[in-house]
Parts: sequence; structure tokens; C-alpha cells
Amino acid sequence: MTSLAATPLAAVGEVGKGFIHERTGETLPCQARPNHLFCWDWATENIHRYGTPTLQQFELTVISVLIGFAIAFVLALLARRFRLLQWPLLAGTGILFAIPSVAFFLLLLPITGRGRETAIIALSAYTLQIIYRNVMQGLANVPESAKQAARGMGLTDRQILWKVELPLAIPEIIGGLRIATVSTVAIATLAVFAHAGGLGTQIYSEANLTFPTAIILAGGIAMLMALAFDVVFLTVQRFATPWRRVEAV
Amino acid sequence: MNVLAALPHPVFAGFTGAFEFIFSKQESSVTGGKKVGGIEQVLELAWTQTYVSLLALALAFVIAVPVGLYFGHRGTGELLAVGIGNAGRAVPELALIAFIAAIIGVGIPVLTIALAVLGIPPILTNTFVGVRQADRSAVTAARGVGMTEFEILRKVELPMAVPGIMTGVRGSTVNIVATATIAPLVGVVTLGDFILGENVYGTNGVLAGAICTAILALLFEFALAGLQRRLTSKGLRLQAQ
Repeated sequence: MTSLAATPLAAVGEVGKGFIHERTGETLPCQARPNHLFCWDWATENIHRYGTPTLQQFELTVISVLIGFAIAFVLALLARRFRLLQWPLLAGTGILFAIPSVAFFLLLLPITGRGRETAIIALSAYTLQIIYRNVMQGLANVPESAKQAARGMGLTDRQILWKVELPLAIPEIIGGLRIATVSTVAIATLAVFAHAGGLGTQIYSEANLTFPTAIILAGGIAMLMALAFDVVFLTVQRFATPWRRVEAV
Repeated sequence: MNVLAALPHPVFAGFTGAFEFIFSKQESSVTGGKKVGGIEQVLELAWTQTYVSLLALALAFVIAVPVGLYFGHRGTGELLAVGIGNAGRAVPELALIAFIAAIIGVGIPVLTIALAVLGIPPILTNTFVGVRQADRSAVTAARGVGMTEFEILRKVELPMAVPGIMTGVRGSTVNIVATATIAPLVGVVTLGDFILGENVYGTNGVLAGAICTAILALLFEFALAGLQRRLTSKGLRLQAQ
């Protein structure tokens, strides 16, 4: 775990080149000047500090979305089989979705304490609603004619599910994963409150809370990561649904 | 503020202490004899959180709904409307709040604007999509009976977009209430203060804060779900059944 003590205030003053103060003529490092939006010198000299938090953020996101997807997918299949479960599952995942993540992390305090597991439980719970809803939507959008054609060809119910319905639902399923992943990247920044590391450690510390450069850098990396995930999912979606490309042409 | 690193691993205390904290005042080691917690303080902070959340939600609503309706009716700006929704999801709340505190300053007005910024994307996107998904034949029929464009928007597209708008409002509320939890970073003392101020309130206070925040968020969620049912026109409700 990255402790906040790793970035004490004193360290901020040691680095960076000097700037001459316009009126007093004093030499001030960029980061010591009030209201200075972004110090490139500080950023380039300290970018190495962001390696581990970025990796932690990435891991938190990937693990949470994978777990969330596995659970939501099974729930969706169950709901498809037993229609009575549909409403309670939607309401249940909705409740998990509505609980603020910071509160969720700390609600688990007496049960799992603080740490990565706690963050992952809360983050994956948060993705359930998004993924569940999209899988259900995808299955509901499968044209009845496609299912009837499959049945006419002699496919069993199980074969219809895996060979017809799920492939046709891929766009919605990936759409759900996309939304879930992008949201999780952003929310994983709050994992610092669960002592689970991540880019939030570079924001929530005594030194950095008043230092815009550190905040912009951490927030910027998180947003770039979200964007990268977005692009990856769009690409996957394109290759996973070749029939759509044919339609588009 | 630097409490995270200093504290020992929290004890496996269970929830009892947290409920005691909610209902009766506790001694605190750092407030110089001043007691913390208790139902009065909980309600006071809960009220602050409700107040700033509603304020931000109202601001986001009056900005996002007209814009969404306008572009939805015109049928233009889809890329923008959907793009704003996608980009909004990617904004890390903690970074936004910390950035605003460091650059602009603290206080309720600043916080309200920051929260509204987080609340606009879901409402805007869902309003847009809601209007676009309104039954086109109904719109054509409305035009056929001589309604003006504004009447079409108000009497046909708006009622049909209500479920979409409310979905957006609920998503937006989740964002806003969750982010209002870290509002103490911009000097507005919400229930999140119990969570962030572990050295003042202790572990029980942190847990109590988490419980109260979760309850508050669920109250918002249930209230809006009820409102959504009431606002949805009878015709649409029957159609859905």
C-alpha cells in the first residue's frame, strides 16, 4: 500500500527549477507559486511516482469489472430462465448501484477491514447493475425470427442461447462492459479511502490537496485510462460482430 | 488530514459502536472535551448533504433538460449529446473536487457548481435519447393536426421522454450524492466528514458516516423511483405492461 507519508510536503519543495518572482525578484520553484495551474517541470521530474498508482488503478478496474461481469452474466442467465427473478435482481443491483462508493468501502470496514479486497468488492458491486441491465437488454433485443429459425433448424434451447441469442446480444453486452469499465476507472480513484492505493493516493494527501499539478496529473491519467478502455472496447465490438460491418457497408 | 497512514488497522469491532455513535454523543480525543456524534449532528450533516445535493441537482436539471430537449427535437448534435454522457462518466470525482478546492476555493456555491457539472451529463444524454426515441408516428400525427413545433415538443415529445429524463435524473443523483460525500474537501461539512475525519470521530464515526450516507443515497433513490412512476403518463405505463 502506498502510504500518504511517501509524498510529504517537504519533497515538493526540493524539486523543480527556480522561477524569478516578478516583483520581489525572489527565486521560487514553480510549485511554490500560488495559483499556478500546472508545473511542467515538476510533472516531468515526478512522473515516475505515478507508475505504481496507475498500475494499482488498472488492476482494481480490471479485476472488479471481471468479477462484476461474471456475477452479472450468471444473474442475467438466471433471470432469463426464471422470469420471477427479474424484478428483484434489477432492484437489488439498483440498490448496490445507488450506494456511494466511499460509503460502500467503509461499510465493509467491520467485515473485510481496509485494503484491496474491500475496494474490489465495492467496485464490482457497482458494476453489476450496468452489466446486468445491458445483458438483459441484449437478450431482449434478439429478433424472435432468429430464435424461431434456430428452433426450426433443430437447435436445443441451450444451443439457441449460446449460438444465437448471446452472439446477437454482443453489442449490448460490450456496451455494458464499456460503461462499467469507464465508470470503474473514475471511481477507483476513491479507493484511496479503502487504503487500496490507486491514483487517488496522488490526490488525497496533505501535500497534494493544495497542489493543482499533482491533482491534474492524477486525474488526467485516470481519464486517459478510461479513454483507452473505451477505445479497446469499441475495437473489440467491431471485431466481435462482423455481421454488423457487412450491414454498414 | 493525514490520518490514513497513521492509523492502525481498524479493529474487527462490528457495527454496534457505529450505531451508538449515531444515536448518542461520544467523547473524542482531539476536540478538547467537545463531544461528537449523536443524532443531532448526524441530522445536521445529513441536511447539509441533502441541501447541496438538491441544489446541484436542480441546477443540473435546468441546464441539461432544455438543452437535451432542444437537440433531441431538432435531431442534431447526437455525437455531442452522447459524447458528453460518455466523457462525464470518465471524470474522477475526487480529482474534480480536489482541483476545484485547490484552484477556485471552498464553499457551498463552488461545491454546487462542481456537483452540477457531474450531474449534467446523465440528464442531458438521457433526455436527448428519450426525445429521439419518442414514437415518430405520434410526432408526425401531431404535426398533421396542426401543432406548432413547440407544442409538439411540450405535448408529445416531452411526456414520452419522461422515463428517459427520470433515468438521467436518477443516474445524476447517484453521482451527486456520492460526490457530496467528499464535500468536506471543499469545506462543506456533509456526512462525509464522519468518513474523512477519522482522527476526530474514530472508527465508529467512519462506519456511522458510511451507514448514514448509504441510507441517505437510498432515500434519494426510492423517492426518485416513486416520482418517476408518478410522472410517467398513464398511456406509457399501460404500454409497458
